[in-house]
Amino acid sequence: MRNNRSIISGIDWWTIVLFLAIALFGWLNIYGSSYSFDQTSIWDFSNRAGKQLVWLATAVVMGGIILMIEEKAYDVLGYIFYGVMILLLIITPVFARDIKGSLSWLTIGPISLQPAEFAKCFTAIAIAKYMSRYGYKVRDLRDLTVPFLLMGVPMLIIMVAQRETGSALVFISFLLAFYRQGMTGYVLSWGVASILLFILVIRFGEVTLPFGMGNLGILISTTLIHTIVLGLLIGKEKDLRSAIIMALGVVACYGIGLLVNIWIAVNFNYVAIASLAYVVIYLFLQAVKQRKSSMGWIVGFVMVSTLLCQGCDFAFHKILQPHQRIRIEVLLGMKDDPHGAGYNVNQSLIAIGSGQTTGKGFLQGTQTKLKFVPEQDTDFIFCTVGEEWGFIGSAGLLLLYLALILRVIYIAERQRDKFSMIYAYCVAGILLFHVTINIGMVLGLLPVIGIPLPFFSYGGSSLWGFTILLAIMLRLDAARVNKMQG
Amino acid sequence: MINDTLYRRKYLIGGIAVVVVLVYIIRLFLLQIIDQSTKAKADNNAQLRQTIYPSRGLIYDRNGELLVANQPIYEVTMIVREMKQEPFDTLGLCKALNISRDSFDIRMQNMTNRKKNRGYSQFSPQIFMPNLNQEEIAQLQQEKYKYPGVDIRIRTLRDYTYPIASHILGNVGEVNHNDIERDNYYSIGDYSGRDGIERTYEKELRGTKGVKVFMRDSRGRIQGSYQQGQLDQDAQAGTDLHLSLDRKTQQLAEELMQNKIGSIVAIEPKTGEIIAMVSAPNWNPSQLVGKERSENYQQLLHDVHKPLMNRATQAQYSPGSTFKILQALAGLQEGVITPRTQYVCNGQGSKPIRCTHDHGSPVDLEEGIEQSCNPYFWSMYRDLLQQDGYSDGNAEFKQHYQTWREHIMSFGLGNKFDDTDISEQAKGAIPSVGLYDKIYGKKGWKAITIRSLSIGQGEILVTPLQLANQTAAIANKGYYITPHLNRNDSMKSRIHHTTIDEKHFDVVHRGMARVMSDGTGRFYNIPELQICGKTGTVQNPHGEDHALFIGFAPQDNPQIAIAVAVENAGFGSTWACPIATLIIEQYLSGEIKRNWLYERMINANLINNEE
Repeated sequence: MRNNRSIISGIDWWTIVLFLAIALFGWLNIYGSSYSFDQTSIWDFSNRAGKQLVWLATAVVMGGIILMIEEKAYDVLGYIFYGVMILLLIITPVFARDIKGSLSWLTIGPISLQPAEFAKCFTAIAIAKYMSRYGYKVRDLRDLTVPFLLMGVPMLIIMVAQRETGSALVFISFLLAFYRQGMTGYVLSWGVASILLFILVIRFGEVTLPFGMGNLGILISTTLIHTIVLGLLIGKEKDLRSAIIMALGVVACYGIGLLVNIWIAVNFNYVAIASLAYVVIYLFLQAVKQRKSSMGWIVGFVMVSTLLCQGCDFAFHKILQPHQRIRIEVLLGMKDDPHGAGYNVNQSLIAIGSGQTTGKGFLQGTQTKLKFVPEQDTDFIFCTVGEEWGFIGSAGLLLLYLALILRVIYIAERQRDKFSMIYAYCVAGILLFHVTINIGMVLGLLPVIGIPLPFFSYGGSSLWGFTILLAIMLRLDAARVNKMQG
Repeated sequence: MINDTLYRRKYLIGGIAVVVVLVYIIRLFLLQIIDQSTKAKADNNAQLRQTIYPSRGLIYDRNGELLVANQPIYEVTMIVREMKQEPFDTLGLCKALNISRDSFDIRMQNMTNRKKNRGYSQFSPQIFMPNLNQEEIAQLQQEKYKYPGVDIRIRTLRDYTYPIASHILGNVGEVNHNDIERDNYYSIGDYSGRDGIERTYEKELRGTKGVKVFMRDSRGRIQGSYQQGQLDQDAQAGTDLHLSLDRKTQQLAEELMQNKIGSIVAIEPKTGEIIAMVSAPNWNPSQLVGKERSENYQQLLHDVHKPLMNRATQAQYSPGSTFKILQALAGLQEGVITPRTQYVCNGQGSKPIRCTHDHGSPVDLEEGIEQSCNPYFWSMYRDLLQQDGYSDGNAEFKQHYQTWREHIMSFGLGNKFDDTDISEQAKGAIPSVGLYDKIYGKKGWKAITIRSLSIGQGEILVTPLQLANQTAAIANKGYYITPHLNRNDSMKSRIHHTTIDEKHFDVVHRGMARVMSDGTGRFYNIPELQICGKTGTVQNPHGEDHALFIGFAPQDNPQIAIAVAVENAGFGSTWACPIATLIIEQYLSGEIKRNWLYERMINANLINNEE
């Protein structure tokens, strides 16, 4: 048993300082946004700021306790934690009250908790445990089957049973840890490419081309896929010959399509599919012939992308709920609705913009005080920062988050054992995802997906969840120092 | 090291974080520092600005009698956004306002239609029903709490103590889009002075609007004063006006002009202050207030007698015989005649202009004025113009004409007064050399061509205001102060000297006194008031002659100078002169003793004499 003193000396104080700075600044802003003009005492625990203070104090105590728990516990009990958590996620919707369509809240006495906020932490532990097994190595995607399952199960439960799309999407952030451990970069590229394709198909799907050539969305996305493939063939495979043959084939497909179109009306959606099918078959044959697995990846990319393009329209209109669809349409500039779906974002932009360089001053923000911005102390809390602290305050907060994320990556990289490293990368990924999505949404750059700003938004579950997440990482990191000493 | 080949990947992961934060900071920079529009949007969200209307300045007469005051009027306003919050009892409101459901819907449509109501916003109070009186609003006042977003605003309208001076006072009406564009003080629904004194002194009378800024939350509920009232401003009442009008004289003058077309202008010669100014027909100023305003205004606008025109300043007549006074002064000044100069009069047989009165011959200046002898003034005018020979259109002739014209214009004729607070004026006309050159050719005209001018007919035109002012200059023996209405105005000091020397006026005054004692005005003279006057009958090609009169009194210390014009009334001595003497009597003695004359004048109806 090592003494606690060495633990304290091994703690990464930079992280603690950043954590406290963000959390206290967050509390000030929660105080600011829940402040109303007839309020008298800061220390009134019945209001949101008072409650948050209690959450913050208990979170710090909890963090302190975690720092004293033997770090081996996580490695040993990782799967049990995970199993209990999955059970908890499953039973939550059964007991949960419906809050704005979401079934994610468990109420125990005076306290309401969102198990989903803690699920990230335990999933990270389970993933870290699995991937740090002796002899485990990421060679290809098959090796990642179990981590993907560990990631996907809670994600699915939260999305389908609890109807919390935002909290579910956060699990995607584990891909960063997988990537660091050797998952092929294609997966990330695919991710980026699919988002791009989705946007193109939806955005231009309503633009009809002349001469019965179908809609612009399909044409642009198909052209994009072909261009990427050409780029990969020439740039990565250095196979100019295949590239030329492929390009000629695609042009031929469209040429035939146009020619036939003169006599019989052709659905150009099928022409696009035909051209993509040609590429798939041609490249597959080439892959087999040249025995190049990398070419196989390209084939996979084309197939997935094609499915995605064709599926997008279906998904957009049939799977997404109407309010989600409108959020995306507003974001893509297809619909202008400042009083309806765009209201939150519009008011949020007004709040932030009106803060100007130095802000209106603490408690002086009218947009937030007078409740023009909804969810202003939870998901939209960044508005208060923008309005009351201006560019200096909000850019400053972004830099604090950047510093924290980079610090976590730095900590991850200095770990000697895989478990700690993978876990730390999971933490970095989760923080990055939350900050990106939350602030991107408030700034009107991303669709409205309701997830909290780490350590900042009002809410006990989220604050506790993030504190536990960070504290475990700090404990693992502190133990590293001891291991070095020992 | 766990895996060196994958080691580089940390840069990509860290890089993603750096890029995201960088993009967001750029977005913040654009939003917070480059884009300046959001600040106003936020203020617009949070501030409910309630205008506090100042009370308009009061208007008094020269003796401090109140002429124009203010009366409260109510308007119902609505903040549409607040009305949407909860179930709204539309029928109840209709009942409280005593309007039908259809009328409610129509008003609502008009109010929310941005084409008809450009300043419409669902967040700010909009006028739903204007111009309601205390009675009409009473019901709603009691149950206002039932209708969120509905409010009652008090405005003030003009309240006239006497039904007089409609042309002078002008009126107050709602501003139009042009007004709002010209002067950003105004916003939709504001009132401003239209015509007359209300327009001239709009800036002084209107005062300064105040504002109360409330804080409003996202549901439109008032959350108290904005920043503890730091942005609030009190309204400042408009400045009161003290007019030079004498209420009693003005009222008498209007009574005397009822059922007649024409005008009266009376001026205090020493100061240029207008004592009374009447244009007939006129209207009761209360007619252009409140709900009936637009209907009554349309009626006035389409009246065949054009009551909206201010005849006192805009009607132009030939001065007729009243012009002989100025002719005499010009002749004396140029040395063409002396008070003793005599001319022969052949009565009806005179050429080229016959005389209209029976009197001896030859006549001197005083008698010429007394008898309004046309041949005397023609002869004098001819001599004036032909001092240097008879030849047509020679330079000397035109030079003399020019000199004469300058003498006449020095009395304020032929131009608008530009240093006055009377807004609507006509120029009148004293024909120029150029005009006659154009009509007759450069060498085509000589004294006899323009002989009508000698007796105030022909191309010469004056307004009643100019006539009164010229009479004041005669009374002052050679100068006038631009006529004006505001007693506190610094314009009082604007003095204009005529080109006639003071010494020439006495004989003219004596002539004018003889008009009243022995001449055309003798039936209406009041010897103790020492009235000097001159009648005029102006040929009117469209009907009966116009009757004119100019005069002042008392002769040795003139207190009032007056001009009266009655259209289609025939002889100046029959109508214009008695009206003028009644006004002089009222102003100088404070009462009218000649009740018989007063009765005859007010009962006379000359308006239907027109063909």
